[in-house]
Amino acid sequence: MTKPKPWLSLSGIGVFAVLLLAVAPLVLTDHWLNNLGKYCCWAIAAVGIGLAWGRGGMLVMGQGVFFALGAYSMAMHLTLETAGDRVPGFMVLYDPLAPLPAFWEPFRSTAFTLLAIVLLPVVLAGVLGYALFKRGVKGAYFAILSQALAVALATLISSTIRETGGDTGLSDFKYFFGFVLNDPANKVMVYLIAAALLVMCLLAVWQLYRSRFGELLVATRDAEERVRFLGYDPANVKLVAFVFSALMASIGGAMFVPIVGIITPAEIGAAASILMIAGVAFGGRASLFGPALGAMAVGWGQSSLGSTWPESWTYILGLLFIVVILFLPNGLSSLPARFARTRRSAAQQPAPAIATAELEGVRS
Amino acid sequence: MSTTSKRRRALVATGAIATTITLALAGCGARAGDDTSGGGPTAAASCVDTSGSTVKLGFLNSLTGGMAISEKTVSNVLHMAADEINAGGGILGKKIEYVQEDGATDWPTFAEKTEKLLTQDCVAAIFGGWTSSSRKAVKPVVEKLNGLFFYPVQYEGLESSPNIYYTGATTNQQIIPAMDFLASKGVKKLFLAGSDYVFPRTANAIIKLYAAKLGIQIVGEEYVPLDKDDWTSQVAKIVAAKPDFVFNTINGSSNVGFIKAYYDAGLTPAKTPIISVSIAEEEAPAMGHEVTGNYASWNYFQSLKTPTNSKFIQSWKAYPNSSGVTSDPMEAAYISLYLYKSLVEAAGSFDVDAVNAAAKKNTITFDAPEGKVTLDGKNHHISKPGHIGRINADNQFDIVWASDAFIKPDPYLEGYDWFPADIRKQLVGAAG
Amino acid sequence: MDVLIPQLLNGSAQGALLLLAALGLSLTFGQMGVINMAHGEFLMIGAFTAYLVQRVIDSSDVSIPVALPVAFVVAGLFGLLLEVAIIRWMYRRPLDTLLCTVGVSLILQQAALQIFPSQGVPVEKPHWLDGQLNSFGYNWPLRQLFTILLAAFCVATLAAWLKYTSFGRRIRATVHNRDLAETSGISTRTVDRITFFVGSGLAGVAGVAASLIGGTNSQMGTQYIIAAFLVVAAGGIGQLKGTIIAAWAVGVALSCFAYWTTGSLAQVLAFILVIVFLQLRPQGLFTVRTRSLA
Repeated sequence: MTKPKPWLSLSGIGVFAVLLLAVAPLVLTDHWLNNLGKYCCWAIAAVGIGLAWGRGGMLVMGQGVFFALGAYSMAMHLTLETAGDRVPGFMVLYDPLAPLPAFWEPFRSTAFTLLAIVLLPVVLAGVLGYALFKRGVKGAYFAILSQALAVALATLISSTIRETGGDTGLSDFKYFFGFVLNDPANKVMVYLIAAALLVMCLLAVWQLYRSRFGELLVATRDAEERVRFLGYDPANVKLVAFVFSALMASIGGAMFVPIVGIITPAEIGAAASILMIAGVAFGGRASLFGPALGAMAVGWGQSSLGSTWPESWTYILGLLFIVVILFLPNGLSSLPARFARTRRSAAQQPAPAIATAELEGVRS
Repeated sequence: MSTTSKRRRALVATGAIATTITLALAGCGARAGDDTSGGGPTAAASCVDTSGSTVKLGFLNSLTGGMAISEKTVSNVLHMAADEINAGGGILGKKIEYVQEDGATDWPTFAEKTEKLLTQDCVAAIFGGWTSSSRKAVKPVVEKLNGLFFYPVQYEGLESSPNIYYTGATTNQQIIPAMDFLASKGVKKLFLAGSDYVFPRTANAIIKLYAAKLGIQIVGEEYVPLDKDDWTSQVAKIVAAKPDFVFNTINGSSNVGFIKAYYDAGLTPAKTPIISVSIAEEEAPAMGHEVTGNYASWNYFQSLKTPTNSKFIQSWKAYPNSSGVTSDPMEAAYISLYLYKSLVEAAGSFDVDAVNAAAKKNTITFDAPEGKVTLDGKNHHISKPGHIGRINADNQFDIVWASDAFIKPDPYLEGYDWFPADIRKQLVGAAG
Repeated sequence: MDVLIPQLLNGSAQGALLLLAALGLSLTFGQMGVINMAHGEFLMIGAFTAYLVQRVIDSSDVSIPVALPVAFVVAGLFGLLLEVAIIRWMYRRPLDTLLCTVGVSLILQQAALQIFPSQGVPVEKPHWLDGQLNSFGYNWPLRQLFTILLAAFCVATLAAWLKYTSFGRRIRATVHNRDLAETSGISTRTVDRITFFVGSGLAGVAGVAASLIGGTNSQMGTQYIIAAFLVVAAGGIGQLKGTIIAAWAVGVALSCFAYWTTGSLAQVLAFILVIVFLQLRPQGLFTVRTRSLA
């Protein structure tokens, strides 16, 4: 498979950036701009999943964990900012006299919050990834373990209602680092930050994919043993990709909070984590734009198709999973190339053979 | 590879510049402190259009995901109420045209759909919700956009909002009557079992305060996640604690697991009955004979004998896709639409401020299946009769206790001296 | 001891249900590397089958024993359909079967929600399971004993089938070395289909047992699937005894944690325990040498 020209991808990112940062705020209503901001947050996490799963072959089914780290760090800061000197309202009832839980206290500081959003996922993914990859946990085992972790964290948050807000989550934020969140101008600003972060994440993976590390990552995905024989430790390669994807999930989570205005355990549990993957699979796991665009498309589908046909939307989503994975393992982004190839090789090949060829395509 | 590092530097620079520009361009909104004097940013002007022959209303319930189990019937009964009102000529002569939205058992989705209904569909009011979490997600949005939300399920109280009307019971209309009933039965030792979320936790906090006043000892308190059915280990603790009664605030299908495990452990209604606040006519059949003989505290039961109730039951049984039984949350959803109708007709307008002004006059009262209810214009709850029912073999409830009069809603429990004033003050402060 | 022994029994009953749910997964995962996320919904299908059988046969004393084989066949047929329609196209991509079956599970859940009363349906327990058995100074709930016996029966039958029948031999041959089995004239495709049928059927049986313990509704499968997968992973693939021990251990852990901590924390602790265990022993308790992806 011939490599697309890197500058073509870069100008693609440029067009995408102009659309998101300049065109969208001009043409969309406040409501849809805010929704687009939400999709951007999922897209940021999706770019990370594309890196870990599409390029690295690690099916990360528990990105909700890292999404939660960023989201809850941000939400705790915004809750404290809204509450001022008082203890947040939801804590009062369960124990009116107890002080703020100790782990909340540092989140009063803006600097600490921003640092936590970056460092918490890096540290957790680092430790977890090191432990798992060095022991050779991979494939389905890794997928199930990561999913179990997301479920465990969601349950833990649900059951600590006084400390974390429980199932209801944290909501009703008034300020975002000093800016009044109700002000439409500030909502646009929050959106622009999320969109800019998405563009930066795309730039980062664009660079990663072109680098030696990118090559090594794909090599590890396709033939881990051979990489080992060449003198590299595949565990380290995977670890780096995993940490990056965790960081992106955390950033997405952090921006989700001011945009959507609420974070709950349901956003990080099994179903949410799988939904994040749905977009990546739909768009094209190994491509540059596929994960981001796929995540945005699934987000849009949820808002839009979910409104038109509330009960059928679940069927559509389910079919999307089946059809895309079955017939288009490289997602929609592989359609143009595939179309060109089918035209070239005429109709002599049966369908399953094409699917296999498609799979081989990922490996080039 | 030699150019990589140079490119990378360029990349970092680009990113940094992009962010700076973004922030500089956009950071022109109000900051904290700006809004202290001017009342803050005002809500966007309402886009509700009632100049035609219809009025648009939004219905918002989970039709997919875990809570669809409970919310689907509420959604159906809202449709039925809309059809009935339309058949009777509509509201102020305008037919209801409803926009159905799916909350998908996801609280942020409830917030998003509320905003969509108010700003895109321009509905005059929104009806629905079930869990307290969904209401808490909707609340900031309707308050910001000055919309109206009608919430139909009993809940934990300690809340009121100018933009929400509550047609379900608050704690002093369901929990406190249940406690009075227990006290009248001479209960000395009580065990609390609940699902792990805000309603049971808050309800139990209130129960503990009132129990102290009544001289009832709490011998245990257990929670299990909403989506878990297995209660066996927790029931073992109930067996060990030997309570006189169990106060059950479990919600959803977890109740089935609880009742089955309870029965298996040899605990019977004769020795250790359960009083529930989330098992109604709809839920009881799934538990079979094992739940028979236990109690539930509600305001409405299908077995209530009022003329409006027999009409309600009849229309529901004839309604397509009907489950055939009626329950308290269904009744509360049903009357929420009628409450809105009365409010709008009293106000003579669909305007939110006009509706709220009409509510303030405290004159809204109408015949509901549970009896003649009156709206409290100050806290937006309605007066309700307290009833305790006992589940019979047909999964219907025999009413064994009724409050002397309709109970006035008191969400912040201001009329109860055992509720600490400082908590109330902090909660009101935090809410405001 | 007064507390420990009832909790051990309760844990064993929970473990037995987990085992029934995990057996099918273990079979299909061990043999084909297929991770079927719709397995929980096959369990749900089994439970709804118990309800439907009860609609036909009024007496629950009779209907539950009848429902067990019927649920096995019905859930098995659903599994077979899944295999024929979707899974067989994806044997080269086992990780993708996981995502594909997530789609199947979403569809089955929503379909169940719309077909059956949304609140769930009642499944009446047979009268011969009412109450408790008093012996050794303890009260043993009959339903828990029933779950354990049912699991024991299924495991014994499965083990005998794998060991003594020609189909069983073919399955074991395929697990050990698919290519060699193929070369020896075994139709691995047929074997795969049979395995999928049996594995899904066992989920159906688990569903009948689950319908006697908790609610029967569209969401019931979701609460078992993750735990069942953890059991399969911890037990090691391709071996029944690993799955049995792991299921029992997870069941007892869940039950004891739930007693000594809280119902919510129990789940968190049990999951973390398995994750840590797998960190220490990534291959699970036991493993056979296979060519599959572990």
